[in-house]
Amino acid sequence: MTMLFGVPLSVLLGQLLLGLINGAFYALLSLGLAIIFGLLRIINFAHGALYMLGAFVTVLGLQYLGVNYWFALFLAPLTVGLVGMAIEKGLLRRIAGEDHLYGLLLTFGLALIIEGLFVKLFGVSGSSYPMPDALKGGFNLGFMFLPKYRAWVIVAALVVCLVTWYMIERTRLGSYLRAGTENPKLMQAFGINVPLLITLTYGYGAALAAFAGVLAAPIYPVAPGMGANLLIVVFAVVVIGGMGSIMGAIVTGLLMGLIEGLTKVFYPEAANTVVFLVMVLVLLVRPAGLFGKET
Amino acid sequence: MSEAIKNPVQQQRIRVERERRIAASRRNKVFFAVFIAIALVAPFGIYPVFLMKLLCFALFACAFNLLLGYAGLLSFGHAAFLATGGYITGFVLTEYSGLSTEVGILAGTVASAALGLVFGLLAIRRQGIYFAMITLALAQLVFFMYMQSSFTGGENGLQGVPRGHLFGFIDLADNLNMYYFVLAVFVFGFLLIQRTIHSPYGQVLKAIRENEPRAISLGYNVNAHKLLAFVLSAALTGLAGSTKTVVFQLASLTDAHWHMSGEVILMTLLGGVGTVLGPFVGASIVVTLQTYLSSGPLGAWVHVILGVIFVLCVLMFRAGIVGWAAKLIQKNFK
Amino acid sequence: MKGLRKAIGLIVATGLLSGTAQAEISDNEIRIGYLADMSGTYRDLSGPGGLEALKMAVEDFGGQVNGKKIVIYNADDLNKPDVGANTVRQWIDEKNVDVIAGLVATSVVMAVNKIVEQENKLALISGSASSSLTNEFCSPNHVHWVYDTYALSNGTAHAVLSEGGKDWFILAADYAFGHSLEADITKVVETGGGQIVGKVRHPFPSNDFSSYILQAQGSGAEVVALANAGADMVNALQTASQFGLAQSGQKLAGMVVFLNDVHSMGLDVTQGLMLTTGWYWDMNDETREWAQRYHKRVGRMPSMTHAGVYSSTLHYLNAVKETGSDDTQVVRAKMIETPINDMFAKNGTLREDGRMVHDMYLAQVKTPAESTSEWDLYKILRTIPGEQAYRSLADSQCKLIKN
Repeated sequence: MTMLFGVPLSVLLGQLLLGLINGAFYALLSLGLAIIFGLLRIINFAHGALYMLGAFVTVLGLQYLGVNYWFALFLAPLTVGLVGMAIEKGLLRRIAGEDHLYGLLLTFGLALIIEGLFVKLFGVSGSSYPMPDALKGGFNLGFMFLPKYRAWVIVAALVVCLVTWYMIERTRLGSYLRAGTENPKLMQAFGINVPLLITLTYGYGAALAAFAGVLAAPIYPVAPGMGANLLIVVFAVVVIGGMGSIMGAIVTGLLMGLIEGLTKVFYPEAANTVVFLVMVLVLLVRPAGLFGKET
Repeated sequence: MSEAIKNPVQQQRIRVERERRIAASRRNKVFFAVFIAIALVAPFGIYPVFLMKLLCFALFACAFNLLLGYAGLLSFGHAAFLATGGYITGFVLTEYSGLSTEVGILAGTVASAALGLVFGLLAIRRQGIYFAMITLALAQLVFFMYMQSSFTGGENGLQGVPRGHLFGFIDLADNLNMYYFVLAVFVFGFLLIQRTIHSPYGQVLKAIRENEPRAISLGYNVNAHKLLAFVLSAALTGLAGSTKTVVFQLASLTDAHWHMSGEVILMTLLGGVGTVLGPFVGASIVVTLQTYLSSGPLGAWVHVILGVIFVLCVLMFRAGIVGWAAKLIQKNFK
Repeated sequence: MKGLRKAIGLIVATGLLSGTAQAEISDNEIRIGYLADMSGTYRDLSGPGGLEALKMAVEDFGGQVNGKKIVIYNADDLNKPDVGANTVRQWIDEKNVDVIAGLVATSVVMAVNKIVEQENKLALISGSASSSLTNEFCSPNHVHWVYDTYALSNGTAHAVLSEGGKDWFILAADYAFGHSLEADITKVVETGGGQIVGKVRHPFPSNDFSSYILQAQGSGAEVVALANAGADMVNALQTASQFGLAQSGQKLAGMVVFLNDVHSMGLDVTQGLMLTTGWYWDMNDETREWAQRYHKRVGRMPSMTHAGVYSSTLHYLNAVKETGSDDTQVVRAKMIETPINDMFAKNGTLREDGRMVHDMYLAQVKTPAESTSEWDLYKILRTIPGEQAYRSLADSQCKLIKN
């Protein structure tokens, strides 16, 4: 058996693959955050709550409306996206232009409200969601048994990430968005409905978070607190990647998944903390993050 | 003020400005005197341990407000200082049981200041959200360190910290003695912050907050000024944490968790960022809400209520309760 | 001002009573404070259900002791030791509460114990798991009623070992509780002729267990022991099920598994899981009768903790009635003298170190086919006699015993 750092190579490969899968998850979540910050300059502390909402809509949709997993993949992001748009129009709009601090605090307060409400309504323990039949079982890769569902997660997450990146960086809609947030008055003069674009963007970011929530439902316990602990890790990922950079968020998400995966092999007790160590190191060397530009 | 000759309009404006400041200062002195008077008799009517909790958190909020309101820096990692003060003091007082309590508290405060220096050196050069995120990351590392250490008791916390004797002879196990000591600590911290704000250093800090490029062009060492504010804020936060640990005879990971960093932001925002009384008012409201809500039927709603208050504060009461009250007074009693 | 008058009144009364402290009930009331996690991750362990169980005990007892009313207070400790400690401190300082019940998170319990010891009150611990509470942290002011990590790991580990599981992998939560479970399992396995072929400590709490389950699979162990509880244990079990751990031949042993965990995970995930429990609702007519009464009030079947709250409260109240006093040491001595024979335990004894020793039960989670109703989840395989289950006094580090 070939060994690397005292660990059999096959084991290491398996852990790296799992790390990559987790990384795809992080990438998806960071992407929403990066879009909202990069384009709207809002530090969205409600992102974890929106992720949780996506997972809950999936569970409740099945329980009360018989909506299956595959429909939920579209329905949950749509629902939460609408919620996001309502949040932007109703609340965030009022503090547009003020210090970033207020956006942070407002969304932080929102997260408290949403999570508190869900605890009141559903209790704190998680509900479980059945694995969709088509994705049960797994592949025997030789060095490990990979559940089909986890393979699906990485594929779905990466596809959504790349499509989003393409839309923002390479299409006309994306360029309107980028220009609209950089110079709204000018864009308005050209007839582009900038406020609508902004609302849609926040909604899209929320939808991304919800999509991650749907992906999470069959494998993680769906509980009101599920987003809270994940949130600061995702923030760290976005900061490491560079707060305005879309590609940065995706690449860093995958990278951090890998680093975390390795940590779980060699020093598992630190698995929750390693991302912060990386953040401190990166910010010391590259203050704007790995892919960011100093504003 | 330069001695250059000013036209009558300018002179009038300066005079009005000065009168307003004198009136405000006089008003503050009155408030302070009233506060002291109430504080001296409060423990005879209200449960002293609750009052002590309030004072410790008020000091925490005041220290945080110094950094946020006067230096303009939002730190998301102040829990690390609260916990450091608490754990170091707790450890010192438990290990060296003959030690006078104030020595233990001093140890905790110094440790916090040192940690503040480290955090500050790493974070000061960054701005805005990056500054906040570095402080959060550093605080998470500190949290991890405390969780893994054996001296902190990990998840169980550092328990059984003796109240000890102040100056070697005042028995702090008596709640009343402990209360007056905590009150003295709070007043000390509060007055220190006030002196700092109204000193020349404080003026420079204000200038930096209002227009940093101009301050730099005027030749001020902006980073040094910010760093000093950070260390001072960290030290006083540590003092609050140390005192709290002696009061409750317990230091736990709750103090180091990032939720605690969020709570102090809430207290400061609620009371009024950059105001004198704001932090105290904000801390009082949050601590009271948490204490009395959690034992009543509304217990499960605590987080929702706090969240609503947060949101309302940001949307409408951006100046906080004190700021809003001040505007009210100005409008109606001018 | 009311507080001042009350304080003076209390001082005077205490002064007058200090001479005759023995056979008196302070304030002419028995005051019980129920402290538990009411809204957080341990809510279903004791929580509001435990409060109902406490109320049932008081009602069944008659609501009063020798004419003195029984008053119940309750609070949420939010799983934080400072919140719990403050609440208890305030209860004792302001309301002169006599006994604290419930008590779940070990960190909270330890802080509360310190206060209760200082003020010479009594704590009836039903929720917490740590065996150190009657070992190095024992005191004359608390009793530990329902179970502890020693009994649980002993029972389950012995049983699984004897079924032929020799090579073990331990997945432990990285904090005191997980460490102590890990130590207990290691001791049992190694003295029983088995060996620990691998272990990993995961951060508490953890979100994703795939990496750790993969490590468990890679270790080649016959048994994978879960030295964690609550959400972590549920998560680990679900992940193990997704990765086909059981299908590939490895056996799962959960050390701290409660009825509400199995109920929330469902039988698909948990079937076949071996566990040790201090009590189960469907053991005999007495347990079923009480459980049905509880179910009518709460809407869920009771776990061993809920039953323990009921039993410990009744035992306490009986001791108060017998001695006519609510002085902690007098009552505690009486509780130790009296054996426990109720729906919770038969021939249970409260030891000097505070440990209530009673029979434990080895159980296995039923398969979906075997289960006939929502809460028909366990089959009891055998009884583990109390003296075998719990740490013997000979091995104890308790200061009350060492002489």
